Amino acid sequence: MLQLHGIHLSSGGKTILHGVNLQVREAEIHSVLGANGTGKSTLAAVIMGLGGYRPTAGRIFFRGEDVTDLPVWERARRGITLAWQEPARFEGLTVAEYLDLARRHSGNGDLSPAECLRKVGLLPERYLRRAVDSTLSGGERRRVELASVLAMQPRLAILDEPDSGIDPLAIENIVDVIRTLSRNGAAVLLITHHEHVAAVADRASSLCGGTILKTGDPAAIARFYRNHCLECLHVNEPKVEEVVSD
Amino acid sequence: MTESGRELIELSQAMQPAGADPAALLHARFAGLAVSHNRILRSRGAEGLRIEGEETPTGAKARITVEPGVQPPGPIHLCFGVLPKEGVQEILSEFDIGDGAKVSFLAHCSFPNAERVRHLMQARIRVGKGAQMEYAETHYHGPQGGVEVLPVAHITVEEGGLYRSAFKLVEGAAGVVRLDYTAELAEDAVCELDAKVYGKAHDSIVVKETILLNGANSRGLAKTRIVASERCASEVIGEVVGNAPFARGHVDCVEILTGPEARASAVPKLQVNDQQAKLTHEAAIGSVDKKQIETLTARGLSEAEAVDVVVRGMLR
Repeated sequence: MLQLHGIHLSSGGKTILHGVNLQVREAEIHSVLGANGTGKSTLAAVIMGLGGYRPTAGRIFFRGEDVTDLPVWERARRGITLAWQEPARFEGLTVAEYLDLARRHSGNGDLSPAECLRKVGLLPERYLRRAVDSTLSGGERRRVELASVLAMQPRLAILDEPDSGIDPLAIENIVDVIRTLSRNGAAVLLITHHEHVAAVADRASSLCGGTILKTGDPAAIARFYRNHCLECLHVNEPKVEEVVSD
Repeated sequence: MTESGRELIELSQAMQPAGADPAALLHARFAGLAVSHNRILRSRGAEGLRIEGEETPTGAKARITVEPGVQPPGPIHLCFGVLPKEGVQEILSEFDIGDGAKVSFLAHCSFPNAERVRHLMQARIRVGKGAQMEYAETHYHGPQGGVEVLPVAHITVEEGGLYRSAFKLVEGAAGVVRLDYTAELAEDAVCELDAKVYGKAHDSIVVKETILLNGANSRGLAKTRIVASERCASEVIGEVVGNAPFARGHVDCVEILTGPEARASAVPKLQVNDQQAKLTHEAAIGSVDKKQIETLTARGLSEAEAVDVVVRGMLR
């Protein structure tokens, strides 16, 4: 479904992604683990095609098509979307309208805004008419963001720390949403530090210093992350040979 | 049908692009005032609400009085317009809202055919003790941009009173807009001034909002949203003065440029004359926020569609 071949990204004389090779399969939940500053959010931005995140080398293929040079909206219309860790806010735009925009422009969505809100644990009667502005808390806004990803019914959902700032009671909703996306045929690229959320993945990759170190069973990757990455002093300058041989 | 009856129908229909419901303007049951150029076509009060109008060579004088404690049902409809291509309309108005009264006004101003029209509005507003007044004013200026709108208001809000205004000019071409509102607040009074304008072509927009927090615990908000496209120039001057203990004031200004030749400036001015008063401001000028655009394009909207969604939302 998604293939990254040798993705490099440099910015301001600093290499952020260093030859990333990654494959995400159809309907697969694929988590990416890595310490802060290892390039996880940058990887998400590169796949989505955001401004300032054009690879300096390498190609991105989505469902067999080279999408490296496509703008964000063209990638979105092919089924790729991204849920931000800190989503933008919109004055005067209601939650209902925001969710409906995602549904209409993707051309795939058949879930109503109310259904999408219920899936993320928000009561439609309390939220549909509210504005997607600063009156929503950080956690509420992130859940609305997930609801809009659901509304779009993408083929590939990139979720950048969807559990960040979410209260523990609602974490189960996040896991449900990820499973629902997958059940509906979407692949999910999941960036998270939350082990309970990461456990939902079918496969996982460990990212360090802008390079994928390992890909495989989520439990094994989580163990690898705990044993090596959390204490690693080589953020952005990995001694790859030390850890890959583990 | 009389000539003024026909004119009233024509005027009410011209108010539709400004968001008005013509039926509400025509219905005998609703209180309100309708002025076409310098002709008063309708003036109707209600129990505890007096609307006195007087025609002048260039417009009309209006005195609107709400008796203390009165809460007229539904909004009072005000309707001002110039239907020919050219003309001057000068409205001199006085609003006197008695203590404890509660009233809302829906004002519509339409100049659908304007090529050279001046609309001058001078208002003096008194909101009595514990009274509440809401004033929503929506304009439609037609496509030519041949309108000069010069509304000046001086508002006095007495102890515990509340005044809230919303000026909106987002359809058609704005033309020249010089909005100048000043509010003086007594103890525990509240005032919110909100202006939204969509400038296009060669439109020139100046919004000046001043709030004087003269009473303890008074609160004021001057909020402006302007979108300047093409060669539009806009300027916002938001001034709040804290003259009393625990007065709180905020200036909130966003101006978005969507054209390479559009220009915008913002001048927030805060002055504190009492050490227990607190004033804040925030201003953002420039293009549409990049993250907002990226968020919407990641849902499949083109960049142009995304800009439109952001702008329309902000001006709502």
